[in-house]
Amino acid sequence: MTATTIDQPRTVRRTQIKPIPLSRVVRVELRKMFNTRSGFWLIASIAITGLIATIATIAFAPDKDLTYYTFAKAVGFPITVILPMVALLSITNEWSQRSGLTTFTYVPSRRRVILAKTVASVAVAIASMMFSFAVGAVGNVVGSTIAGTSTVWDLSVGHAATIVLGNLVSLSIGTMLGMLLRSSAGGLVMYFVLVLLVPSLSALLAASQDWFKHLQPWVDLPLARTFLFDGMHTGAQWAHIATTVALWIVLPGIFGLRVVMRTEVK
Amino acid sequence: MITIDSLSKTYGTTTVVHDVSFTARTGRVTGFLGPNGAGKSTSMRMMVGLTTPTSGTATISGRRFADLPNPGREVGVMLDASAQHAGRTGREILTIAQQIMGVPARRVAELLEVVSLTGGEADRRVGNYSLGMRQRLGIAAALIGDPQALILDEPANGLDPAGIRWMRALLRDYADHGGTVLLSSHLLAEIEIIADDIVMIGQGRIVCQGAKAELLQAAGTVVRSADVGALQRALAAAGVATTVSGDGSIRTEADPALVGRAAYDGGIVLTELRSADSGGLEEMFLELTADTQRERTAA
Repeated sequence: MTATTIDQPRTVRRTQIKPIPLSRVVRVELRKMFNTRSGFWLIASIAITGLIATIATIAFAPDKDLTYYTFAKAVGFPITVILPMVALLSITNEWSQRSGLTTFTYVPSRRRVILAKTVASVAVAIASMMFSFAVGAVGNVVGSTIAGTSTVWDLSVGHAATIVLGNLVSLSIGTMLGMLLRSSAGGLVMYFVLVLLVPSLSALLAASQDWFKHLQPWVDLPLARTFLFDGMHTGAQWAHIATTVALWIVLPGIFGLRVVMRTEVK
Repeated sequence: MITIDSLSKTYGTTTVVHDVSFTARTGRVTGFLGPNGAGKSTSMRMMVGLTTPTSGTATISGRRFADLPNPGREVGVMLDASAQHAGRTGREILTIAQQIMGVPARRVAELLEVVSLTGGEADRRVGNYSLGMRQRLGIAAALIGDPQALILDEPANGLDPAGIRWMRALLRDYADHGGTVLLSSHLLAEIEIIADDIVMIGQGRIVCQGAKAELLQAAGTVVRSADVGALQRALAAAGVATTVSGDGSIRTEADPALVGRAAYDGGIVLTELRSADSGGLEEMFLELTADTQRERTAA
């Protein structure tokens, strides 16, 4: 084996080195979401399940329900489930796959890395939702043509905006859990506990205990989130959303960020 | 230049790194040597800000690592070659490094060439790499930003003898071009081959440090004769204290010139006279770390 010399002399003077702009960190974090097999298929599954949902809606939904809202809801559902996992794994992989050892030496400010990851997740979320609204529109036109019904566009801009907001709330559950637990397996388990188990327990408790029935919308994040997806009707609902988000996402998120900043990366 | 000043790390009541100070100088390869669990990795993590020191500082060219605007351009770091997402290809891992540091895209191919990874190997996922290949990839990632200093934790681990020679040549060349290299190892033989300066650590404390040549000299002399008894008497007459090893050679802390003169004066025929190089340093390594070794029998 021959020794290859490092031909490039160290001529770059240190004063020429500029700080890494946040945009570059975001771009690299975005790339890292796609450049592993698992990451690629996780995001691809958003598109794949979205297409399957459209076809299923055309095939199985009653003709009178073939409206844009039905399609947007069907295509959007996988996004709501999968996006938080994308956000979660982008953070937990740094610990579970131990790549944080290099990530945090390239960018020593962990706050910036987390910020970049969050921006990258939101970018994926926005792109996925544009995709779902577009696929939903095509499905609506095709579906109503096949069924011979008139094409109904029954999703207001305001309602679409609250759906986007609802998905961003879902996404931030992943970000929060990622920072708090820093473990892919633990994070995914907690995520499903939070979005699948907690709502049923909460509903059960609300059905049997009168005191909880009134308290529920103030403490049940998945319930409050459904307000956003179903369209906002009252000001109280906004208060419910603000309270549950503060309780379940902002508070543990701040705690999680503090832990991320201080914890040892091994 | 990497300057470590009174670095300490305490977990609860356990002190893992205790008041460690040393300097890795420009143009030199500094070997950070110590048995497993001596505090080498913790010290290195503190140098790059992955672990917060309890007290003390580490600076690179006078600045804290966290204050470097683009650390990868100034210090190449490899703390664990296996700490990579197993699902990424080697080329992707280098591309991530290249993009975040903002160096030209051609650096990826250049560095693959430097560490002798073929195109086919670069396109395989790191999960399928051997430890030796991961070390090469890690070295490539550390060098891609053309830094002036390198911090490498156990870089020779998993390399075959040819690989270790290759790394010695690479790091030698790097240091000769004005680079600073700090590398750790728990194997004396590796450090002896690669390093110019040695910092030895045991149980979180520095037990000795200095230029390899000086440390070797301090290790004394090995001398042999057909008549061991006569040689011992001749050396004793010259005031040189000796010990006889199991293999019949005589060891002493005196330098070879003095031993040769004493033998000549006593009319003794020598069959061997040399500095106690590797053996001496190894003895020192084992001796200095004997109290700190898990295996007390090792010494």
